[in-house]
Amino acid sequence: MDTIIKKSTTPDALSTSRLQGFLRWETFLILIVFLVCVMNSYLSPYFLDPWNLSDATFNFTEKALIALPMAMLIIAKEIDISVAAIISLSSTLMGLVAQMGAPVYGVVFVGVLVGSACGLFNGVLVTRFKIPSIVVTIGTMSLFRGISYILLGDQVVRDYPDGFEFFGQGYVYWVFSFELVLFVLFALLFYWLLHRTTFGRYTYAIGNNPTASYYSGIKVDKHRLTLFTLVGVMSGIAAVLLTSRLGSTRPSIAMGWELSIITMVVLGGVSILGGSGTIGGVVLAVILMGLVTFGMGLLNIPGIVMTIIVGVMLIVVVSLPVLITLYKNSLKHSK
Amino acid sequence: MNDAIFSLKKVSKVFPGVKALDGVDLHLYPGQVTALIGENGAGKSTLVKTMTGIYQPDGGEIIFNGQPVQFHSPHDSHALGITAIHQETVLFDDLTVAENIFLGNYPMKKRGLTRYLSIDWSTMVTRSQEILSSIKADMDPNQILRELSIGQKHMVGIARALSIDAKVVILDEPTAALSHHEIQELYELVNTLKQQGKAILFITHKFDEIFALADRYTVFRDGCYVAEGLIEDTNEAALVEMMVARSIEATYPKKEVKIGETLLEVSHLCHATEFDNISFSLKKGEILGVYGLVGSGRTEVMQALFGTTQPITGTVKMNGEKVTIHSPKEAIDNGIVYVPEERQKQGVVLELPIYQNVSLPQMKSLVKQGQIDQESEMNLARQYCERLQVKASSWNEKVMNLSGGNQQKVVIAKWLATNPKVIILDEPTKGIDIGSKAAVHEFMSELVEAGLSVIMVSSELPEILGMSDRILVMNEGLMVGELSRMNATPEKVVSMATGGSLAC
Amino acid sequence: MLKRFIYSREGILSLIVLAMFFSVGAISPDFISLTNSIGIFNDTAILIMLALGQMLVILTRCIDLSVAANVAFTGMLVAMVNQAFPDISMAFLILLSLLVGAFLGAINGLFVWLLKVPSIVITLGTMSIYRGATFLLSDGAWVNSHQMSKSFIGLPRFEILSIPVLGWTAIFLIVLAFWTMKFSVWGRNFYAAGGNPMAAFYSGVNVGKVQFYGFLVSGTLAGLCGYFWVSRFAVAYVDVANGFELQVIAACVIGGVSIIGGLGSVIGCVIGALFIGVVNNALPIIGVSPFWQMAISGTVIIIAVIANASSNKDKARIILRKPDQASRFLSTQSH
Repeated sequence: MDTIIKKSTTPDALSTSRLQGFLRWETFLILIVFLVCVMNSYLSPYFLDPWNLSDATFNFTEKALIALPMAMLIIAKEIDISVAAIISLSSTLMGLVAQMGAPVYGVVFVGVLVGSACGLFNGVLVTRFKIPSIVVTIGTMSLFRGISYILLGDQVVRDYPDGFEFFGQGYVYWVFSFELVLFVLFALLFYWLLHRTTFGRYTYAIGNNPTASYYSGIKVDKHRLTLFTLVGVMSGIAAVLLTSRLGSTRPSIAMGWELSIITMVVLGGVSILGGSGTIGGVVLAVILMGLVTFGMGLLNIPGIVMTIIVGVMLIVVVSLPVLITLYKNSLKHSK
Repeated sequence: MNDAIFSLKKVSKVFPGVKALDGVDLHLYPGQVTALIGENGAGKSTLVKTMTGIYQPDGGEIIFNGQPVQFHSPHDSHALGITAIHQETVLFDDLTVAENIFLGNYPMKKRGLTRYLSIDWSTMVTRSQEILSSIKADMDPNQILRELSIGQKHMVGIARALSIDAKVVILDEPTAALSHHEIQELYELVNTLKQQGKAILFITHKFDEIFALADRYTVFRDGCYVAEGLIEDTNEAALVEMMVARSIEATYPKKEVKIGETLLEVSHLCHATEFDNISFSLKKGEILGVYGLVGSGRTEVMQALFGTTQPITGTVKMNGEKVTIHSPKEAIDNGIVYVPEERQKQGVVLELPIYQNVSLPQMKSLVKQGQIDQESEMNLARQYCERLQVKASSWNEKVMNLSGGNQQKVVIAKWLATNPKVIILDEPTKGIDIGSKAAVHEFMSELVEAGLSVIMVSSELPEILGMSDRILVMNEGLMVGELSRMNATPEKVVSMATGGSLAC
Repeated sequence: MLKRFIYSREGILSLIVLAMFFSVGAISPDFISLTNSIGIFNDTAILIMLALGQMLVILTRCIDLSVAANVAFTGMLVAMVNQAFPDISMAFLILLSLLVGAFLGAINGLFVWLLKVPSIVITLGTMSIYRGATFLLSDGAWVNSHQMSKSFIGLPRFEILSIPVLGWTAIFLIVLAFWTMKFSVWGRNFYAAGGNPMAAFYSGVNVGKVQFYGFLVSGTLAGLCGYFWVSRFAVAYVDVANGFELQVIAACVIGGVSIIGGLGSVIGCVIGALFIGVVNNALPIIGVSPFWQMAISGTVIIIAVIANASSNKDKARIILRKPDQASRFLSTQSH
């Protein structure tokens, strides 16, 4: 018998490889965040004031809470553009139960429950009927917000119970708002979920190759369903925060948010084609967008200019890797 | 003898890790059928794609009508009158039959306000009708392609190839999905084309077709040119020897292993459209070969055992106990694993590192305190990849950077790590280099020595004959025969698989 | 031929639209009067034109989210040019709107063609950029009706045979699109490129170029609609047509244009748009609040894609040839 097993000397990982992964997009984002901080504090003396900074977090925490599960969903090769409509429906129903005199916890419960139900509904449509998620959620986007319009019309609900304002306006300690603390906690949770658990690993596997994942015994549809529901739950939570912060509900609440949320995710280095991306990158992109918006606010630059910058960043982010590859290939050919 | 209308001289094509064509020669003559013969992986499909401008060769010359030519796109070869009927259908499911035939070459209106701008649909339909009836394909040109059967789609592909005034017609395994009747019609068609003076390249596995149709032959082996000549000067045995160029016993590391109790028992397995009444058993320590042509239903049966071809009826017993398998998860839990033919699509996640591919089916067992224990994950991967001698720069390397053979080893490592009882290998050596092939074969022997049972599906006869303890043969969705290693001869197996009478 | 049409998706859809139309007519006979019918068509004309452009894009497996922003930008631009030079020729302004629209569309198309970047990301980015650019262009100011010249406002309203020019333009484009998509090689290539890109490549179709043409046409039509929009509503501001891209996509999806490409017809697309138009116009007549409109189109999109998904399921490959085997299987299964 010659079953000599040759002891291979293949290392577990090349020493640089783990670093390299991190050195790319995330580092670049950190650098820009740093630059923006320096520029902002140079341009405006109010920038480094802790209370100002704390105020600035309010303009992104709610979106960022949805960006976290959205990143996982996009990594798994799906997308949900109905999130802003989920916020609207969830906020509307919260408003209605509040009008009926529901207590604070009842209102919050309804908000999260409606969000979860909407997410589940998206997930069922996608997995049960095998329809591309972009079409499903274009449909449910109209449906969810449409129901809000049916229920509220041009009404505005303002009768929220006392204490409800804490979620969107309260502070846990010093300058740390409830929203900010909640975001930090969820960011850590999603980091752990995506990068440390089986659930996260399955997400990457499905996003890169759904067939091979299914052939490896992963319940692909169930996983997708869970992800859609997760996005729904987080949208429900975001709806609670936003409604509480504004103190009012109208059907047009959070209009257009789906696009800024998806932009955050893509800017954070998540591939829109699925399969790659990190929570760290998304968190950095969220901070970056928040800081730039805040800085421009201090400089009295209108918010819409920000949308141009975000749009350009988005295109650069997806085009740059392609351009680099094309450039490398042209070098190869000229040799 | 007139001169070749189309020649390849020393043409090479390299893919990362594989030299698919290594300086091959080929000559096609007007009014003659040249058969291109070679095993799977001999480079036949790459050759077709090179001839039709889909791939650009990395070296060598293509000569058409005495002039060297270069094909930058499929359009260029098309313009010269080179047309191919590809193995996989490259047609449009949502368009009509007529449009599928003429797409890229529409007849335009010759009169009226929009002449030369406007597609002439009625001419297109009439001409489609003509072409279809000339090949005796009975279908409505206005039908949507999606509604046709595979065989009918194939006829559309042929009609498409004939819609241009072709000088060279390439048929890439045209009979693989056709019924007996359809094959006879195809023969007549090829003869008609021959009389029209077209040069025909006929690619096939089946010797009866070669001797029925071809005037000349060219043999390839592992991407290299081996020989060419006239059919009348040769015979089957000589061709086989050129194709394989090694005796079966010498290359297959078959080991004598004690065969134990019956492990897996499949009875009366049926599926509405893919297969019917399949019964067989598998013993411990046995290598069971399953032979059948492409499209005979063998992959579907195996995928049914693995839970991906559904729904089925019939019973599957493991160790005498009935098991139900509706998904890969249930199959894996019952100790049945499947190494798919479509390795890159179904086997590995190319973008993930090796160790994550290996651990994928059993992440649950690697969880400590709610999260993945990376230490044991890496240990698992290292253990099995070293056992299979996967060659990689690190276990953290992405699978897409590995060669085909090493990717296959990663798939096998992944399954071995789950401690299976039955391992199904579907075309385990397709598209991998000779060295890795031998390693896979050797490893199969090790597996059965270690007490596993192996089902090997293959369309490579030598592999089936060389490795199997027992051979099952499938044809058109039915199990048509069973042969022991002692009784199996190439003739018997092939005859059964093609529905011949010899073995009955 | 007629039978075929009635059983086709377009046939069923047009029956539904007609049924809707006439049942509203039963409640309020004015609704189906010629004048009102022309009015409904005229109301829907912009949606129809944009949907035709979007159809080309979707046929090639892409999506154009930037159309509404393109409408806003081009509309603002021509309105401002008109404001600055009230005597300028209308022919010049229309040409300008076509060219500017085409340019904005070409930007999308070039990224998709040359860099092979997913169109959803590119157009998400350009959508923000074009909208932001509209703000920069106008400095947030409105151009009101009194700042526009008589002919600028009058042209789309000018009636020929009691149909306004806007309606005639849509009719002309429908006929042109119908002819192009049925009889020109250029039009058929969209079906080839989207239906099976690999096979299209084998047939000598340059898939990327076809995608570029799709964006070019979509942009050109958006430019034209930009002029029509601001002139019809006699006002130009930054938020013109905000969110309208989703209605455009909805019209396509309802009309049977498959979001996975290669399937869709001009007639279907027009009927899909008319469906939305009829619903919008009918709701006030039958005493349903217009707030129902959004939920209705959402529901219809979902139903349409589910119907699509279940009718398009790939038929199983059939290996067994003898019919008795299949029937035997079916009988054993029913036990």
